[in-house]
Amino acid sequence: MRSDRASRPLKLAALGGLLFLHVPLLFVFLYAFTTEEKSYQFPPPGLTLKWFGVAFGRQDIWDAIGLSLRVAALATTVALVLGTLIAAALARRQFFGREAVSLLVILPIALPGIVTGIALRAAFNLMEIDYGLLTIILGHATFCIVVVYNNAVARFRRLSGSLVEASMDLGADGFQTFRYVILPNIATALLAGGMLAFALSFDEVIVTTFTAGQQSTLPIWMLSELVRPRQRPVTNVVAVFVILVTFLPILAAYYLTRDESGHK
Amino acid sequence: MTFAAPAVRFRAVTRHFGPVKAVDGVDLEIAPGEFFSMLGPSGSGKTTCLRLIAGFDQPSSGEIEIFGVASAGVPPYARAVNTVFQDYALFPHMNVLDNVAYGLMVRGVGKRERHAKAAEALALVKLGQHGDRKPVQLSGGQRQRVALARALVNQPRVLLLDEPLGALDLKLREEMQVELKALQRKLGTAFVFVTHDQGEALSMSDRVAVFNEGKIVQVGPPEEIYERPRTEFVARFVGGSNVLPAAVARGLGGPDAPCSLRPEAIALLTGPAPEGQAALSAVIEDAQYHGAARRLLVAVAGAALRLAVSIPAGEGGGLGPGQAVTLGIPLSALWPMEGAR
Repeated sequence: MRSDRASRPLKLAALGGLLFLHVPLLFVFLYAFTTEEKSYQFPPPGLTLKWFGVAFGRQDIWDAIGLSLRVAALATTVALVLGTLIAAALARRQFFGREAVSLLVILPIALPGIVTGIALRAAFNLMEIDYGLLTIILGHATFCIVVVYNNAVARFRRLSGSLVEASMDLGADGFQTFRYVILPNIATALLAGGMLAFALSFDEVIVTTFTAGQQSTLPIWMLSELVRPRQRPVTNVVAVFVILVTFLPILAAYYLTRDESGHK
Repeated sequence: MTFAAPAVRFRAVTRHFGPVKAVDGVDLEIAPGEFFSMLGPSGSGKTTCLRLIAGFDQPSSGEIEIFGVASAGVPPYARAVNTVFQDYALFPHMNVLDNVAYGLMVRGVGKRERHAKAAEALALVKLGQHGDRKPVQLSGGQRQRVALARALVNQPRVLLLDEPLGALDLKLREEMQVELKALQRKLGTAFVFVTHDQGEALSMSDRVAVFNEGKIVQVGPPEEIYERPRTEFVARFVGGSNVLPAAVARGLGGPDAPCSLRPEAIALLTGPAPEGQAALSAVIEDAQYHGAARRLLVAVAGAALRLAVSIPAGEGGGLGPGQAVTLGIPLSALWPMEGAR
């Protein structure tokens, strides 16, 4: 008889792995409430909610959050448009060099961020583009496109080519075919890809350090805050906020894709 | 209009895919209101011809006219033709009624009117009560009917059908054959029907075009295709006719050309051959009882030739493999053909 239950050591190992991944996150939450502001003492000498108030009152935090949200939203938008177009082009037709193009599209996410960052900085210099919102968005779009593309291309491949032909045959032009046939069939894939792209953009550090000008996105702000020995728990308060903002869309994307495979 | 243009006209149409000539110099005319079948094995170019008419593909050379209008550069959505796809291609995210109403919707017909017309079209294909279902909830035969209604609701002047019955089981196929033919008569629309099933093509069509290797080998009414095949390919593909080499045909006193000989034209002789028949001795290799007929496979003595023979089931009761028989071959049944293609 073969048991389909996991053995005890395997369970313990799995539990250990999960704890290793997630217990540090609990410390982030814990130190958001500590009364000690210069170093992280364990156990915390006391608990307080005052850092939430302090964080709420600091304009630099609001600026960083605002910038991060704007960047993430715009980079995701760019990625949705371009990623969908690439996916449509690569999934629907066979042409010479298709595999190479597909690889080139995916490459930015495999490439170390630092390489992408240096490359983009060099390119922006060459084109004499000033560092700012635009350059940050372009930097983020490089990897956001990949996420959207990967989600969309899988769906496009499953979409029968004759659906598009049927739509055209029935009198719909290209735009109507996209609006009424293609979009409804790839919408959930785009939503999942878009959410993932948003989350990736929101906590990106490396590429941003190379492409940002004077502004700080939220992760950059946190990085600079850590080296300062004042009001440390404020960083933790913001970290808690980031965890929530990043986690919720990923959770939603997970449920959206899961729900769909459950339909079949 | 003083002169009725053909529904579809091909002039020297060729479609190359790299070195492959999928369609190779095809000329044809399909009359308005005609049930026209394109019959051939897979890869013979019939489906490509259909796609050329629909506008999904453009000819490499040659011209296609639809009701006298040159179709070069006309996109699929601007052609007065509609297609029933082999895999039905129903939109999975829409219910049946919206699927059928799609063509009207993209043309800007209001919701109430298009739903009414879609419901009419569904009633026409006897699916009136399934409008609110999704395509996945339907059986293959029902999806087939939805695809048909979705095309017909646009009142096309030519309806293109790409092996529409291929995925259905035998009983459903036969039902749909009857219904399709009745529908076509009622609507008076030209049907262009692509199939590899000769029985289907023969039973439904006004005319059949037999395709082989990108060319039309023969066009004509079913009787003509079946009884007077122009080439050996047609004889073999359209209904398993026997093909006699020229030498054998000549030896029997027939024409000096390869001849087709229908299995049911051959008789079994018990005495001397009557006037107009040639006798041929043979040995039975296999005998099968098919209810209405008895089919024999016989090896002709002294020639490397096997013939299929079909006789009424009432005759030849005790026949079995190994028995010698004499075949009576009516010389009038020997139909001379051109070469091997």
